[in-house]
Amino acid sequence: MSTMVATNKKGFGATLWDYLTTVDHKKIAILYLVAGGFFFILGGLEALAIRWQLVQPMNDFVSAGFYNELITMHGTTMIFLAAMPLIFAFMNAVVPLQIGARDVAFPFLNSLGFWLFLFGGIMLNVGWFTGGAADAGWTAYAPLSTTSLGEGVDYYVLGLQISGAGTLIGGINFLVTIVNMRAPGMTYMRMPLFTWTAFVASALILFAFPALTVGLFLMMFDRLFGAGFFDPAMGGNSVIWQHLFWIFGHPEVYILALPAFGIFSEIISTFSKKRLFGYTAMVFATVLIGFLGFMVWAHHMFTVGMGPAANSIFAVATMAIAVPTGIKIFNWLFTLWGGNIQINTPMLWALGFIPTFTLGGMTGVMVAAASADFQYHDTYFVVAHFHYVIVGGVVFALLAGTHYWWPKMFGTILDDKLGKITFWLFFIGFHLTFFIQHFLGLMGMPRRYWVYLEGQGLDLGNLISTIGAFLMGIGTIVLLINIIKTSVKNEKVSGDPWDARTLEWAIPSPPPFYNFKQLPLVRGLDPLWVEKTEGRKGMTPAEPLTDIHMPNNSFLPFVMSLGLFIAGFGFIYQKYDLSWLIVLFIGMGITLGCMLIRSVKDDLGYHIHKEDLKKEAEE
Amino acid sequence: MKDWMGKIRTLSLFSFLVIILSACGKDNLTALVPKGYGAEQSFNVIIISILVMIVVFVVVMAIYVYVVLKYRQRKGQEDQIPKQTEGNKTLEVVWTVIPILLLIIIAVPTIASTYDLADESEKEDSINVNVTGLQFWWNFEYPNEEIQTSQELYIPVDERIYLNMMSSDVIHSFWVPSISGKMDVSPENENTMYIEAYEEGVYWGKCTEFCGDSHSLMDFKIVAVSQEEYDEWVTAMQNTDPEYTAESATAQEGQELFENSCISCHAIDASANHPVVGPNLADFANRTKVAGINDFSKEEIVNWIVDPAEVKPGNGMLDAPYLEENTIGQEEADKIADFLLELKATDEPVDSVQQFRENEANEN
Repeated sequence: MSTMVATNKKGFGATLWDYLTTVDHKKIAILYLVAGGFFFILGGLEALAIRWQLVQPMNDFVSAGFYNELITMHGTTMIFLAAMPLIFAFMNAVVPLQIGARDVAFPFLNSLGFWLFLFGGIMLNVGWFTGGAADAGWTAYAPLSTTSLGEGVDYYVLGLQISGAGTLIGGINFLVTIVNMRAPGMTYMRMPLFTWTAFVASALILFAFPALTVGLFLMMFDRLFGAGFFDPAMGGNSVIWQHLFWIFGHPEVYILALPAFGIFSEIISTFSKKRLFGYTAMVFATVLIGFLGFMVWAHHMFTVGMGPAANSIFAVATMAIAVPTGIKIFNWLFTLWGGNIQINTPMLWALGFIPTFTLGGMTGVMVAAASADFQYHDTYFVVAHFHYVIVGGVVFALLAGTHYWWPKMFGTILDDKLGKITFWLFFIGFHLTFFIQHFLGLMGMPRRYWVYLEGQGLDLGNLISTIGAFLMGIGTIVLLINIIKTSVKNEKVSGDPWDARTLEWAIPSPPPFYNFKQLPLVRGLDPLWVEKTEGRKGMTPAEPLTDIHMPNNSFLPFVMSLGLFIAGFGFIYQKYDLSWLIVLFIGMGITLGCMLIRSVKDDLGYHIHKEDLKKEAEE
Repeated sequence: MKDWMGKIRTLSLFSFLVIILSACGKDNLTALVPKGYGAEQSFNVIIISILVMIVVFVVVMAIYVYVVLKYRQRKGQEDQIPKQTEGNKTLEVVWTVIPILLLIIIAVPTIASTYDLADESEKEDSINVNVTGLQFWWNFEYPNEEIQTSQELYIPVDERIYLNMMSSDVIHSFWVPSISGKMDVSPENENTMYIEAYEEGVYWGKCTEFCGDSHSLMDFKIVAVSQEEYDEWVTAMQNTDPEYTAESATAQEGQELFENSCISCHAIDASANHPVVGPNLADFANRTKVAGINDFSKEEIVNWIVDPAEVKPGNGMLDAPYLEENTIGQEEADKIADFLLELKATDEPVDSVQQFRENEANEN
């Protein structure tokens, strides 16, 4: 295989085949970005439908049943199918480059992780077309979920199971990659903050997702095979689901939030033209948040009736997380302090993030106070709180990251003016939507309410909230226009358009498929900056020019995931008619067959010869 | 402790309410104007934590505004490289220790009130109510008084009432923001909480655990009355007659229809012996609302009987045979409504309910 293949112009079919079979982390990043972006828009449309239903009291825009499907799918889609994959998009695009690696540790698994996520995501949404999507809330509390009619919740269970497997695979892959594949000199304490947060988030995935997997298995057996794990009438216990869900669910918040912090750490440092203030403290805080994240799940359950002792312990443990989070906020502020702050689109998102996330953190401490949470719990106060954290923290970070790393991923730069318009629309819309919801909650509006009664003092707040939501929607449209405009214009940029500090900016944009011709020698934190301050243009290589070993593309991950997707239908519909078991066996057969092929067929990859690399350099 | 908390409360109440919020929401629904013990305890912690958090926010925003204004890149500074500072140990210690201290300020009253609100020491000597949550209504049984009612929980003011709560289907959650924070009503574990109302009145209750199609319509009320009224009400409820015969002619026809189509699920006397199938209708004519949400009028009663799916999608009455057989039309429902309007324990509703109905009628 020639090295030139990648640079040739290809037809649509060839490109499609390339993406279906790719194991290149940069292309997988683009797949994650596109798929995650699609689901983000889908989840956003669901959100707009929700807000339109709530624009006035006793509205009848959608029926109660459909509304419940909307809120369930909005939450599930945004968390599992938008935020997670978009985080993975940036982890894939950036982490190997930041540590000076040629790919992730297991490129084949990387591809498998993506296709599992995508087929799981599609599975979740199949319910819309078969008589109703999942309608028991994204938290799917039993017994509401186990007794929900139809197949909506079955699609939820199997879809999440499949995509969850993909996430777990991705998490393990990044752990191994970061442990093993750092370039010479890239010690742990020289890793960029984004890599650090990706590392800790991957560890959280490793420990948190199995809890979800177990919970989903139990629920699958309850729903599809007549078990009674969550059925009190059969000696089961529905509260166990809540524990399993939140043992996963709370770390999940940090799985999303930590990489978001990482993105902002990169951006704030780059555009302040300063190294990150208190790097060591930042790393320590990241690890501490990850650790404490496992100790606090029951704060979602203060009203379950766990008793005052458990409530108090979890309340205090939760408050403790505010300390490392505060450390982060102050270190960002002091990174800005004394800097030369350039305010462009990515930085604008970062500057918008700090006060927004501070508010989210503040209400986090407030809801952590168990006896006060008796009022907040399951009201719009909590809705406001977690949107401040997940939109104000994570989505802001994803949008910032999109603008920041777009040049690295695509070689073009998003329009700054349009970017700023997106920011202001989204930022103002966001605060309009969610700030008032704190008060709506305390004024007596529970969450997941399809309608609210007339004359309860909730009308104005809801109207404002809906207006804000549509502003966010317009902001997103402007972003899409920006992306189209930038892609059509296709003006290429240099490898380092931001005058940045970390390794990914030391190579061309977009990088060649082997990333680094020679692995770089890392001589300090912010390695590229170190070289630049010493007057060099790029990194010093750590090795002579040698042949590069590359993995082969493979179609197996796609087929393997497709097999599980097919088997999912067999699992679901065998509850009505056992002949569907055939579908189950066919699907599992496909998957297991692929695994067999992968196991017995040697695939040793190929080498790019150094002569070709030299020739390429001369051109 | 109550004393200084009270001071903080009055002080902060003013500034907080005036500055941040001109309206606190609907009276007797909002958690921002507590009218019961639990709500007051929660509100104190809310206020303490908001005050601490405002301090934090002000500090963060002061630094933020300062750095953004001061260190923003100006024209001609594009190439300036600022000093690369690594960090500052003293500062790190400062912003670790101070937040810990601030958190302790919140944590102490939190734990105190969390334990306080879980106190069951007075349970034996207090009024106990067994609360059952069902899709999408509430049953209230008074085991010692041997009565039960639905949708409206009557309590005397300034008394601790212990609620022993269980669900008979999915998880619900009992929340009356003005009176107390919420507690889940689960199908396997009985949860106990206590409530105490400070003022007479009718307070809105909401289901706060997602429970299905009509989750948002599963409203109920707490009717807080004077001790005297409460005693009268209990006696009257105990005396409701299972053999009651309707007075007016249309009501008599209604009763006949009722006995054919409704009585298998709905009892017309308040005896605690009736199994919890459909809402108990013993004191129906004194209700604050129809189906917990609509104005109390004959018209709404008829609407409910004729088309319950329109009022509360997915509710249990949709399984009633009369709907499938289509045996009750507008006319029949009208008669049944006449009968239901005769079902009352006391001749007149208690003062709180009368007041509430008037207020609601004026608002709409």
